[in-house]
Amino acid sequence: MFELSSTLLFVAFGLYMAATIFFAVSITGKKFKNRRGLEANKSGLFGYISAVAGLISALAYFVARWLAVGYAPVSNMFEYTTALGIAMSLAFVIIYPIYKNNYLGLFTMPVVMLIIAYASMFPVEAQPLIPALQSNWLFIHVITTAIGQGILAIGFAAGVLYLVRMIDFTKASKKVKGIEFIMFTLLATVAYVMIGIGFGAADYTATFEYVNEFGETAEIDYVLPPIVGPNEGELVSEQGFNPVISMPEFIRSDDVNTVLWSVLGGLLLYGGLRFGFRKPVAGALQPLVRNVNPQTVDEISYRAIAIGFPVFTLGGLIFAMIWAQIAWTRFWGWDPKEVWALITFLFYAAYLHLRLSRGWHGEKSAWLCVIGFALIMFNLIFVNLIIAGLHSYA
Amino acid sequence: MNKETCECGHKNPYGTYLCESCGKPLKEDGRLANMRYEGVARRSQTYSRSVIDKIWNFFSSVKVGIWIIVLILLTSSIGTLFPQEMYIPPGEDPALYYAQEYGILGQLYYDLGFHNLYSSWWYMLLIAALGISLVIASLDRFVPLYRALKKQRVTRHAAFMKKQRVYGEGISSNADLEGVKDKLKSKRYKVREENGNLLAEKGRFARWGPYVNHIGLIIFLIGGMLRFFPGMYLDDYVWIREGETEVISGTDGEYFVENNEFLVELYDEQDEDIFQEALMREDAPVVSNYQTNASLYKRSEGGSIGSETELEHIKDHDIRVNEPLTFEGISLYQVDYKINELSNFTFTLESETVEEEQLEEVVFNVDLNDPQMHYDFDNGYQVEIIEYFPNFYVSDDGEPMTMNRVPDNPRIIFEVFPPDTDPETETGEISMIGVQVNEALNEGHEHRISMQDVELVDVTGLTVRRDHTLPIIIVGGSIFMVGLIQGSYWHHRRIWIQQKDGRLLVAGHANKNWHALKNDIAFISEGTNLPEVHDQLDEEEKIEEDKSKMNEGGSR
Repeated sequence: MFELSSTLLFVAFGLYMAATIFFAVSITGKKFKNRRGLEANKSGLFGYISAVAGLISALAYFVARWLAVGYAPVSNMFEYTTALGIAMSLAFVIIYPIYKNNYLGLFTMPVVMLIIAYASMFPVEAQPLIPALQSNWLFIHVITTAIGQGILAIGFAAGVLYLVRMIDFTKASKKVKGIEFIMFTLLATVAYVMIGIGFGAADYTATFEYVNEFGETAEIDYVLPPIVGPNEGELVSEQGFNPVISMPEFIRSDDVNTVLWSVLGGLLLYGGLRFGFRKPVAGALQPLVRNVNPQTVDEISYRAIAIGFPVFTLGGLIFAMIWAQIAWTRFWGWDPKEVWALITFLFYAAYLHLRLSRGWHGEKSAWLCVIGFALIMFNLIFVNLIIAGLHSYA
Repeated sequence: MNKETCECGHKNPYGTYLCESCGKPLKEDGRLANMRYEGVARRSQTYSRSVIDKIWNFFSSVKVGIWIIVLILLTSSIGTLFPQEMYIPPGEDPALYYAQEYGILGQLYYDLGFHNLYSSWWYMLLIAALGISLVIASLDRFVPLYRALKKQRVTRHAAFMKKQRVYGEGISSNADLEGVKDKLKSKRYKVREENGNLLAEKGRFARWGPYVNHIGLIIFLIGGMLRFFPGMYLDDYVWIREGETEVISGTDGEYFVENNEFLVELYDEQDEDIFQEALMREDAPVVSNYQTNASLYKRSEGGSIGSETELEHIKDHDIRVNEPLTFEGISLYQVDYKINELSNFTFTLESETVEEEQLEEVVFNVDLNDPQMHYDFDNGYQVEIIEYFPNFYVSDDGEPMTMNRVPDNPRIIFEVFPPDTDPETETGEISMIGVQVNEALNEGHEHRISMQDVELVDVTGLTVRRDHTLPIIIVGGSIFMVGLIQGSYWHHRRIWIQQKDGRLLVAGHANKNWHALKNDIAFISEGTNLPEVHDQLDEEEKIEEDKSKMNEGGSR
């Protein structure tokens, strides 16, 4: 059952990729007509069908893993991040029929793939549940939150689509830098995944003996070749390279190393594209989306937020509070994860007020959608992995 | 304040943008009408003379409200930089801890009071400002909006129609208005008619969503504030050793809880097939369960105070994480434990001079939580406890002290009287005994106290919680959620169809989801010969885009 679930997720990934390709064809190949002069480009439909099939396969993964491990598979970084990707595809599958916008598919599906690929960089094996997580509220709270965030993520995809369509790339400006930074971040994530898969396939591991922050000798395992090594590190495994530079003892050198690899990989990818196109990367995408109606995309991003916000509030705050009252004796305790969920809530609340009362439509609104998604990812990655708190499960 | 009389005869409050009755724009304001709050006059934009007006105007502004939200958002994030005081390891002195762990930044964090950020006066003030803003901004808008939507007429001024975002006009003679009405009704619009003009409306209640959710939020905030009133919130802690019964605080000594057994269970690598890989990777064993098998007792009504209390058994409950024991609004939560706390020492005497048989009888038990102070034996031996330190340490003055009543480091000072000594007049053999400690405190000992046995006990730590604010919080949260859904998943849509001078005007407005409104208009236009409508915002934007393109061309 457990192997089956992994296979199903793999299949889902492939189908999302197929959907991406179909949506791309539906846009670039729009001018093809059949003999009767009717538009014969059905790729948009095929793209949607692929996305639905991908969603079904992903849901099957979810059910299979649930059966295999005996609890809702949303308990650690791999499981939650995957669920977030699935939730985003679910939101897309629901929203697409309303607007039938193939551009949205072209921008959503790659993000879904990227989230799932990123998730698979975390340990994927089944982990036993600690007592605090043994509750039905695990799936009620976490799945609702994931769906809410997945819908909000559609707002991000539509926001990026809007920005790519509307920004003037002929002049250098802060806006161009901003959208290019988004592109770089996405490419760095791609690089992170590719490097991880590459060295994983090559079975690269190296062990260093080093002096830790308490002045004791300790061992650390590297899964990537060391650009930066640990404090006074000495290679003790047979395999592996020696580091270029050493880090001071108070820094988690393996994490810094991974970040460095991702940034360098991202720069390489970004630089390659930048020089290949001889224009900003997002600017190179602009001709593809020339026919997008900005009003429609703006409304899609707004509706995604308006639909996702109550779901996120319900899952991320209300259900969270109910469970916290049961498991942690109080409904609110200013734990970092709680605070960042509140911050996300406040941010989208501010967005809705700005939009409704102050008329922040179009570009401003699109930037806010991007920042909102950045907050969600920050809460997922940094708050879990770096800021210590009750939610640090991974 | 002067009223503004519209040409339709309606008297509007001063400051009105669109006539409340016919919708005629009273002030020139762009190509499209600003339909926010129906163009009504709001108190905040009408009066600004007294101090109260000024305060009202300040808090009624959405801009101010957004600033408050953003300030709360930013300051909240600072509080997560380093742990709050309640999350630092127990027993650490915060004045030292932050500097030690996080250096200069940590010291600064502590000096600025960010280690207790969420209970600081200025954070509370921000929350209070948010509450005030919620009340005033809602009232300022709700009252006039409600009036305007209630009073709205079917027939609108032509200028109002033309200034709607979705608008179209054409020749009126061939339109099938009856067909339009039926189609509107099939889409569940409420249709009103006046002199051959139509107003179709649906989902008006969605407009109240924001006000409903603001009411919910205010109730929630009030609930949160009530915690600071005495008696509303109980947060206590009780340690119970296995086999012991403790009174539950906050119940006036009426309820008691007994710890029958405490368990910590671990995942077993051998049994757990699927988790094996993860368990192998962990350095420490993974806990699967913390559990206190507890019994709840209530003091019997009959038992008179002062006499031996009779306890009536109420129920048994296995308290686990996620499964508190709850009764009469009080919950007991599994939050902590201590395995193998010392509970009982058994001692005998050893001697090189006295025959063994004589000492065989001298065996005594010391209950470390409630020691018996005097031990008499048939063969004449007597043992006395002079002093007992459950958690021994030597103070700065060199005095032996105990930190608390918990026997973590027990020291007992014994005085042993052999049969031939008189405890009244003579001094016995005094020694201090502890774990791997046996010191004679005076001279001439013939006996040595020897520890024969140690008994250990598991202790459970339970949080005792009663929160009378919960019902208010639940009501507030529920109302908030209802309002949020009401405002988010339903949309207010209106379609006006009007005949004027032989022409038919069609206008539409939606508070959000214009897409659905346009679909509805397309649906009713089908086969009814309604004039085609356009999104005037699209056109406006296209004009601007063309203009900017032309400018670019020109500059080249």
